[in-house]
Amino acid sequence: MSTLVLIELNSDQVSANTRAAVTAAKLLSNKVDALILTNNSNYAKSVSSIDGIDTVKLITDDSLEHVSSEVASKLVSDVMDGYQYLVAGSSTFSKNILPRVGALLDVQPISDVCEIKSSNTFVRPLYAGNIMATVESIDPTIILTVRSTSFEHAPDGGSAPIEQLTVDIPKSNSSFVEIQESKSERPELTTAERIVSGGRGLGSKENFELIEKLADKLSAAVGASRAAVDAGFISNDYQVGQTGKVVAPKIYIAVGISGAIQHLAGMKDSQVIVAINNDPDAPMCRMADLVWQVDLFEAIDDMLKH
Amino acid sequence: MKIIIPIKRVLDPFTQARIDKQTQSVDLTNSKMAMNPFCEIAVEEALKIQESGHATETIAVSIGADKTIDTLRNALAMGVDRAIFVRTETELNLQPLTLGKILSAIIKKEGADLVIMGKQAVDNDNNQTGQMLSGLLDYSIGTFISKFKLSEDNNSVEVCREIDTGIETRNLKLPAIVTVDLRLNEPRYASLPNIMKARSKPLETVELSSLDIDTSPRVKVLGVEESGSKDRAAKQINSANELFEELKQLGAM
Repeated sequence: MSTLVLIELNSDQVSANTRAAVTAAKLLSNKVDALILTNNSNYAKSVSSIDGIDTVKLITDDSLEHVSSEVASKLVSDVMDGYQYLVAGSSTFSKNILPRVGALLDVQPISDVCEIKSSNTFVRPLYAGNIMATVESIDPTIILTVRSTSFEHAPDGGSAPIEQLTVDIPKSNSSFVEIQESKSERPELTTAERIVSGGRGLGSKENFELIEKLADKLSAAVGASRAAVDAGFISNDYQVGQTGKVVAPKIYIAVGISGAIQHLAGMKDSQVIVAINNDPDAPMCRMADLVWQVDLFEAIDDMLKH
Repeated sequence: MKIIIPIKRVLDPFTQARIDKQTQSVDLTNSKMAMNPFCEIAVEEALKIQESGHATETIAVSIGADKTIDTLRNALAMGVDRAIFVRTETELNLQPLTLGKILSAIIKKEGADLVIMGKQAVDNDNNQTGQMLSGLLDYSIGTFISKFKLSEDNNSVEVCREIDTGIETRNLKLPAIVTVDLRLNEPRYASLPNIMKARSKPLETVELSSLDIDTSPRVKVLGVEESGSKDRAAKQINSANELFEELKQLGAM
């Protein structure tokens, strides 16, 4: 039995959810190979040093820097011959590709796995995480995306051999135009130990900067509710929730977030939840460890002065 | 150009899902149902394209038992030209691979070059059907889009995709499928006159059994449980000082 992990790189850095995928893969089989689709073969080194990987398979081509789902799914499904599992971390990268691989291999993939019960039985969330379902795959090949908050992140410590694969890169009917990346010096949202998250209550983009200031003071990452993103206070990649990012930090400070179930779905496994809100009946206050009922600007001011 | 909009009827997203322990499934009897919010955004986008003169026809498709017609009527009331109802005898909770095969059969028959659908349904949260459908049809795919711009010659579309690291812009040659994210548009409400008009718009019923598609599930649900949330103290605090002290005591700082 062997498992292929589809690697997600942010330039030369292995994403945290990929490290979670490696841990999940090791629970499934003894042999775990990694597949990298990249424009730069130097990036393979950081993958080869992840603990627990047997062989790094590398496909390199200039066109793979911003690979399309169409091309990636074809390449992955061709490499899958001989593997019983395909695993990747839950992210927009893998969700763009793996379902299409499933269609090409006639397999029903399983999204957002939180627990591996046996070789073919998994636990995954439904209804924004309000329901957990135990599901069994009867496909001969099993395709999974796994939640990065549910599996340890495989550390460095390995030195797997790198095998360059020679393949034809298929033509794509879609082409990359540009990417507007959100650059930030702050900790990455999905792996941060502390998160300060702001909601509609902040009222404006200018006021939302207070959240960023507070985050910097606490060495925390910045998060946001859908309402704050919809209102244009901050960009989409900061959204926490059912359709945004799922986080489980040590401390989650929710400032002016009432707590729609879709938002709670993305942060309810945080170790300590702090609700800062002037409405004591807000759902967020009911599910918090610490509740500070106060005008949120007073609270931020007090914390910044502390 | 024809646009196909696959839509799904789901539990109203503002309703708490409850479990029926006997059947080990989510209890939907007497529950308020609604069109999946992402599907409403897909319908809105198709209508906007039609209003801009780029589409000749908009067709909503849904799969399910008889009540699914309500959701299709809703799409017709929003302004879609006609609807295709793929009827199942009972509610089957079909999986994305099967849904993809059914939709692929309908799309091939209709000859549509553009498919607009939600990025996920808020019941099963799979986020798979559009991508799988694109693989089955060998169409271009643009997932999680927040902007959509058709080229003048209707041969390609430029989309902005909301991804974990920011916003990616891609150009897709048609035929293509796009799956829509929340910030693409604000769906319209159906006006009363349009709700009345929708009753006389064409709604074709296709029996699922007539399509000759294997619908047996590849993934079996063995059981479900309400995850609930951890019992938390909701302890009142009144200052930053108290907050940081409490966080220290809880071992979080």
